[in-house]
Amino acid sequence: MQIYLPIAEISVNAFLLLGLGGLVGVLSGMFGVGGGFLMTPLLFFIGIPPAVAVATEANQIVASSFSGVLAHLRRKTVDLKMGVILQVGGLLGAALGVVVFNYLRGLGQVDLLVKLCYVVFLGIVGGLMFVESLNAIRKLRKSGGTPPKKRRQRTWVHTLPFKMRFRTSGLYISVIPPILVGMAVGVLAAIMGVGGGFIMVPAMIYILGMPTKVVVGTSLFQIILVTAFTTMLHATTNFTVDIVLAVLLLIGGVIGAQIGTRIGVRMKAEQLRILLAVMVLAVCGKLALDLLLQPSELYSLGAAGGH
Amino acid sequence: MRHWILILALVLPSLAAAEEVVLGLSRDTVSITTSFDGSDILIFGAVKREEPIREQPLEVLITVEGPSHPVVVRRKERRLGIWVNTDSVEVDAAPSFYAVATTGPMQQVMSQTEIQRHNVTIDRAIRSVGAPMNISNSQDFTDAVIRIRERKGLYQMLEGQVSLDQQTLFRTAIDLPANLTEGVYVTRIFLTRGGAVVSSHETEIDVRKVGLERFLFKLSREQPMVYGIMALAIAIAAGWGASTAFRMMRNG
Repeated sequence: MQIYLPIAEISVNAFLLLGLGGLVGVLSGMFGVGGGFLMTPLLFFIGIPPAVAVATEANQIVASSFSGVLAHLRRKTVDLKMGVILQVGGLLGAALGVVVFNYLRGLGQVDLLVKLCYVVFLGIVGGLMFVESLNAIRKLRKSGGTPPKKRRQRTWVHTLPFKMRFRTSGLYISVIPPILVGMAVGVLAAIMGVGGGFIMVPAMIYILGMPTKVVVGTSLFQIILVTAFTTMLHATTNFTVDIVLAVLLLIGGVIGAQIGTRIGVRMKAEQLRILLAVMVLAVCGKLALDLLLQPSELYSLGAAGGH
Repeated sequence: MRHWILILALVLPSLAAAEEVVLGLSRDTVSITTSFDGSDILIFGAVKREEPIREQPLEVLITVEGPSHPVVVRRKERRLGIWVNTDSVEVDAAPSFYAVATTGPMQQVMSQTEIQRHNVTIDRAIRSVGAPMNISNSQDFTDAVIRIRERKGLYQMLEGQVSLDQQTLFRTAIDLPANLTEGVYVTRIFLTRGGAVVSSHETEIDVRKVGLERFLFKLSREQPMVYGIMALAIAIAAGWGASTAFRMMRNG
């Protein structure tokens, strides 16, 4: 069934969009990532204009994250206090990111920036997670199935002032690192048109030292506000949010997210992480190839004078 | 009274061209609805003439042109191992859609002078005032616009696609793709003989969004705040709805 999208101004298959939404929704629920880093390139492939894809994706992430967070709230795997602090940083970062984005758009280098950001961050994050979870699994095997002792490392994170107790995460740390993490993710979210979960999740685990079970729910919680903010920015400045596209994606997405959350609970944290790492690396590899290989069409068309 | 009409009828043909286009369109508006998936437009007509058919065959050329917008064309180059946008040229006006249909090969249908006078071919329809000084081959950029849009079915060269019966009745079908831009589509019909234009006719096809499409599009431009909040409300509602539905399914 073909459906015409009013803002994107093209006609696409409705079931294809529902399917894509569902697939990404499952991943979103499993890993606590918004799924934007997968969905946005997929939308490019089916011919949605990049500006519309990025803006609409932000809107869709709101829905799938909200659906996911409700499931996590019931299971009490959301650190609300930490989430709010991350959000504060996230909003600051998103505003900053939009300024950078608009500046580079003027130079005609936004595509490059977005792709480079993807390659660099997906590469680093994916690589680190992959190695780390492999090691964790190996250790688990050696020690005969008993989980390794959690060492409370005292790093620079624990020496900063303004300490706060995060009961759900079992942490007593300064609020500065979470705000900085939130901000960094906010900047990237605005530039890359994603929720930023794939950076947030590892940052929470490795920098803040939060337990994996809480990380997913908290990340989703933080993503909601940042992507809602991004959606509003795009809708009011670029007019590129396509509601029809968003509805189709999010119908698939919210259902997928529910399924994904249930799959995620049954899986071991290490397996979850290694799967996410493999996926992140795959997307990274594809984008890197696009930059390195000679494109079949050297020219590209863009609307003049912003819009 | 009857007398007068008779006189008028006798005088008029001698004032007007010897051969004239009488045009029909299968439709003069194209409505973009939610289920819009491209459209066919049938352009047909007849040649009205007050004299016997001449020896030299008549040819017909039909153009359909969508609204024009400026376009920035960027070229990628390899820098430090990766492909980066480097040079760019702004094309002042390129039609969002352009189709040329003829009864035969272009050179046979219309002479070069007439092509230039009436700007009928695709490359004549694209206006580019001038590239920046540092770009020597600006023609490559214009060619790229044509190439990319041809691939998307937005620019169509349909040589020999107009059928002409008995030197009088002509018809062609133009395929409008699904990724159509709203606006007025100017349709021109040229009758030519020996490469020279004998008569021409111009009409408009109105392409516009209707119903829900129109409502959403207008809302997004005129009340972006409301539109954005609506988008978010739908997202939150869908997220909550799915979560509740799944919980109910689990519990019973």
